[in-house]
Amino acid sequence: MNFSNLFRIAYRALLRNKLRAFLTMLGIIIGVASVIAMVAIGQGSKQSIHDQLSSMGTNMLTVQPASNLNGGVRIAGTSFQTLTSKDIDALKNHPQYITELSPSVSSKGQAINGALNWPTTMTGVSPEYLDIRKLSVKDGIPFTQNDVLTSAKVCLIGQTVIDNIFPNGENPIGKIIRFGHIPFQIIGVLSPKGFNTFGQDQDDILIAPYTTVQKRILATIYYSNIYASAASEDVTDLAVTEMTNKLRASHRLRDSEDNDFTVRTQQELIATLSSTSGLLTVLLTVVASISLVIGGIGIMNIMYVSVTERTKEIGLRMSIGARGKDILLQFLMEAILISITGGVIGVLLGFLSTQIVTMTLGWPTIISQSSVVLSFVVCAVTGIFFGYYPAQKASRLDPIEALRYE
Amino acid sequence: MSKKALEIKELKREFKMGSETVRALKGITFDVEPGEFVTIMGSSGSGKTTLLNILGCLDKPTIGDYFLDGVDIKKLNRDELAQLRNHKIGFVFQSYNLLARTSALENVELPLLYNKGISVSERRERAMHALEAVKLENRFDHMPNQLSGGQQQRVAIARALVNQPVMILADEATGNLDSRTSYEIMALMQELNSTQGKTIVFVTHEPDIAAFSSRTIQLRDGIVQKDTKNENPKSAKEMLAALPVTDDYKI
Repeated sequence: MNFSNLFRIAYRALLRNKLRAFLTMLGIIIGVASVIAMVAIGQGSKQSIHDQLSSMGTNMLTVQPASNLNGGVRIAGTSFQTLTSKDIDALKNHPQYITELSPSVSSKGQAINGALNWPTTMTGVSPEYLDIRKLSVKDGIPFTQNDVLTSAKVCLIGQTVIDNIFPNGENPIGKIIRFGHIPFQIIGVLSPKGFNTFGQDQDDILIAPYTTVQKRILATIYYSNIYASAASEDVTDLAVTEMTNKLRASHRLRDSEDNDFTVRTQQELIATLSSTSGLLTVLLTVVASISLVIGGIGIMNIMYVSVTERTKEIGLRMSIGARGKDILLQFLMEAILISITGGVIGVLLGFLSTQIVTMTLGWPTIISQSSVVLSFVVCAVTGIFFGYYPAQKASRLDPIEALRYE
Repeated sequence: MSKKALEIKELKREFKMGSETVRALKGITFDVEPGEFVTIMGSSGSGKTTLLNILGCLDKPTIGDYFLDGVDIKKLNRDELAQLRNHKIGFVFQSYNLLARTSALENVELPLLYNKGISVSERRERAMHALEAVKLENRFDHMPNQLSGGQQQRVAIARALVNQPVMILADEATGNLDSRTSYEIMALMQELNSTQGKTIVFVTHEPDIAAFSSRTIQLRDGIVQKDTKNENPKSAKEMLAALPVTDDYKI
């Protein structure tokens, strides 16, 4: 029997009982649709969690001078002065996994506006720092590379500082304040970030070009830290290795010598991120497989009942020349048609319900291509798998018995 | 001598029921020439059904030979038997066995779907011809539940004819019909037999149906009790004309 005849036989058999075909399909439809919708919702929330965690800078790396032994006395790393512009140049040389770099120097001091003053920290950085730390400028503009080159006396101001030295709500942009003795023009206001996990107020800050802080305040050529971004949090470890190698070379350390710096990552954040997405993936996989198995059992159930119900039809087909193989293929073909049609309807329904969820509940959703393809393929395969047993049963009927079946 | 439509030699069929062996057919021998109209008669328990199953290639004899159109069915496996049924036998059943919710035309096409050598257009054409042969040319699109019993049986006969079989094998084909419709069916059978030369083997237990055939084989307890030629078969057409006109329904 050729394929088109087989297709025609199965197609006509399904059309003869549309309700039964539809009920069988229902399992697959719901299975596919729920997998697509669940995965879309899951991916959406995963993405939004991911975005939130990323906003904390999961791919951020920091370099600090390391503690060291000096004549038997351990000396805190921060009091060492090892990081210089040479290191920045070395790191900027053909970076592989590092996308952005910023040196950092900071100085404690009083921010003064007329009669008001507030003790705060001025951090000197390059313009990339805002990206690395996921900071943004709410009002005004950030400083530029040109400001860095000219050691311009400009700064960005955090909300806490504003609250204390501009208590009456006046616009601080363009105002001149003093930090210690040095006047700075405020060119931008940082978006508030609140307190970090250690209780530090992240808005109690002034940010200025690092050259300004180095030359005009601290009179140093050293950096206290170097901040960097890895290309993504997945390659953080590779970025650490890259930085370590480059810095060792730049510091001319021999193989026997320990690093005179440490590279730190946001491991805690990364761990949270991966465990959250891992949990979601497991949850979705479980839900998806349950739906698919139920869909498959639905097909098997109806096909099985259908074999019994259609015993006489099978007997007739056999008596007019259908071989066992033809009957087997017919029932398999019916199962395949049901699965594929159900799969297509399920995909459409999945898209629709995802849209409805997004519109009514406002949940973020992302329909991933792989979930569509995978659920469709798995459904088709389960349909065939679960359709095979009833089909085989049908093909083994004795035509004499089947014809006499009432 | 031309090839026989079917040849049966010393055919026996036994069934094992637990420890007992039931001998349904105890040695049957007969031939059917092409173009014969044979009725096989017998009361229940005579082995009629067993013989029918074997004639229909649904079952194989335990001992003995059965040649259908020169083919020894003993040598065939299940699948080859199915092919043989498809090519050489047209079944007509007592309960019509049409597929529900399927048009007359598609029901008639059914055997051709299991015949590889037939194209789509040829299939349609042959099905239409077969329905025309049973005078249902304006019922192509009717579903079985829109047809009377006699019409349904004629669709079934068209289905039996469509693959141009060696033999039409009818199993109590008039059993579910009233006498007028029975005569109509028999008239159709006689016409197919005389004008198209179709070999017909008609299994029945009604003696008046046997009167329409050219030969009657009487079975009893698994053996052939009588094998008589009927030199003057009655004409179902004349019988039909002789019936008082009723207005039960019109064709």
